[in-house]
Amino acid sequence: MSFYAAVIHPFVEYGFMRRALIACVALGIGSGPIGVLLMLRRMSLVGDAMSHAVLPGAAIGFLIAGGLSLPAMGLGGIVAGLIVALLSGLVSRTTVLKEDASFASFYLASLALGVLVVSLRGSNIDLLHVLFGTILAIDATALYFVGAITSFTVVTLAIVYRPLVVECFDPGFLRSVRGGGAIYHVLFLFLVVLNLVASFQALGTLMAVGLMMLPASVAQLWARTLPVMMLIAAGVAAVSGLLGLIISYHFGLASGPTIILVAAAAYCLSLLFCPSGAVRRLFPARI
Amino acid sequence: MRQGAVRLNDVSITYDRLLAVQGITGSFEPGSLTAIAGPNGAGKSTLLKAVMGELSLSSGSIERGTSKGSRFGYLPQAAEIDRHFPLSVADTVMLGMWGRTGAFGGVSREAARKGRDALQSVGLEGLERRHIGTLSAGQFQRVLFARLLLQDAEIIMLDEPFTAIDAGTTRDLLAIVKRWNGAGRTVIAVLHDFDQIRAHFPQTLLMARRPISWGSTETALTPENLLRARTMAENLHGHPPGEGFAA
Repeated sequence: MSFYAAVIHPFVEYGFMRRALIACVALGIGSGPIGVLLMLRRMSLVGDAMSHAVLPGAAIGFLIAGGLSLPAMGLGGIVAGLIVALLSGLVSRTTVLKEDASFASFYLASLALGVLVVSLRGSNIDLLHVLFGTILAIDATALYFVGAITSFTVVTLAIVYRPLVVECFDPGFLRSVRGGGAIYHVLFLFLVVLNLVASFQALGTLMAVGLMMLPASVAQLWARTLPVMMLIAAGVAAVSGLLGLIISYHFGLASGPTIILVAAAAYCLSLLFCPSGAVRRLFPARI
Repeated sequence: MRQGAVRLNDVSITYDRLLAVQGITGSFEPGSLTAIAGPNGAGKSTLLKAVMGELSLSSGSIERGTSKGSRFGYLPQAAEIDRHFPLSVADTVMLGMWGRTGAFGGVSREAARKGRDALQSVGLEGLERRHIGTLSAGQFQRVLFARLLLQDAEIIMLDEPFTAIDAGTTRDLLAIVKRWNGAGRTVIAVLHDFDQIRAHFPQTLLMARRPISWGSTETALTPENLLRARTMAENLHGHPPGEGFAA
C-alpha cells in the first residue's frame, strides 16, 4: 500500500474522516496544555473525576433535546462539571476530607446518575455513544463548537499564564502578594470542564480525559520547561488523533479507543526512551 | 500604628479543628529582628501564616502597620514548594517584582537588571537560565531569597529558612537577613537552632502553643523557659517533642 493510499486517501475520500481529524487536532491543541497544568498541580485524578461529572448534565441535555445533540449536551455538561468542581472544592475546604476523596465521591454519584438518566429514554446504543464517543459522527456544528472551545482555551491560557503558573508553583506566594489565587483556580477548573466537554462527543465521557493526561505525561518525560511541555503535549495529542484515525480506518477498529491507545503507546515508548528512561539506564551510552 | 510593626492582641488560632495557638499578646517592633522558637507542633508556622492574613483567627486580633496589604515578604517552608516545577531561575526570581508587574504587566529592562542584581547578591550570577529542578537545596533557597530581595517588603517572614541548608548558604543568607534588619525592615524567622538564635537574633518569642516568653533573647531563652516549653509540649501532645529541640 502506498503512502498516499495509507495516509492521505482516507481523508480525501471521506468527509467524516476529515472532520474527525480536524476535531482531534483542535482537541489536542486545547487539551494538551490543560493536561500539563493539571498534572503539575497533581490533579490528574481530579481531571478524571471531572470528566465523569460532566455526564449527568450531558444526559439531561440529551433528554431535553430528545437525542444526541451536542449543543444541548455540551451546555448541560459544562453546568454539571462546574457544579461538581465547585461543590467538591467547598466540601474539601469545610471537612477533613482531602480534595481527591471528595472528587471521587462526587464523580461516582454523577456517573451513576448520568447512566441512569440516559437509560431512562435512550437505547443501549445511545448509552455507548455517551460513554465512548462517536468521533466519526462529528458534524459541522460540533466542529465549530470544538474549535470555539479550543480558541477560547488558548487565548485564556495566554492571558492568565503567569498567575496560573504561580498559583500552581507557589500558591502561598501568590496569596502573600495579594495576587488573588482562588479566581485563577476556578478559571482553570472552568477550562478543564470546557475541554472535557469538547472531547466528550469525540471520545465519550470515559475517555475524554485520555487526550488530556496521556500527552501531558509524555511531555513531562521529554521537556524541562513549561512552554515546551505544552507544545509537546498538544503535538502528541494531535498526532495520536491522526494515527489513531488512520489505524482504525484500515483495520476497522473503533476510533476513540484507538486514538487513546496510540497516545498510550507514545507514553510507553517515552517511558523507555526518554532522557531518564529505562533504556538509557540499562544501556548507558559508552563514550 | 507605626509602619513595619505587627501587634498581636490575645491571638488564638484553630487549625484543622485543633487549637494551634492560644492567647499570644505582644508586638514585633518596626525594624526588629525576632526569632520564633519552640518545639515541633508549637504553632510557629501557624502564627506566621496568621500574621500574613492567610489564616483566620478564632479570637483576638492582629494589627499590621503596613502602608499596603502587599508589603509582606514570606518564605514558606521548603517542603511547601515543588522544587521540580518546570521554571527557570530567572522566572522564579522575577516573581519578586509582582508588585510592579502584577499578573499581566511586562518586565521592563530596569526590572530585569534588578533581577540580575538580586541573583548576584545571593551568589548565583550566571545561573539565570538554569532550571530550578537542577539546583541544590541551598541554591534553591538562595533563589527564594533573591525573590524576597526584589519584593522590597517592609515585613519579612521566614519559615525555617535554614533547615537542611548547608553551612555556607546559611552564612550567606544570614548576612542578607542582617542587611534587611540594618535597612530598618522587620524580620521574623521561625528557627530551631538555639545557638544561631543567640548569636544573630536580638529578640525571641518562645512558644509551645501558648506563649512562654517574648523579649530579648537572653531573657527569653533561659534554661527554665526552655524546660517549661518542653514540658508544655509533652502535656499538650501527649508525646515528647521531636528532634531539633535539644536545649
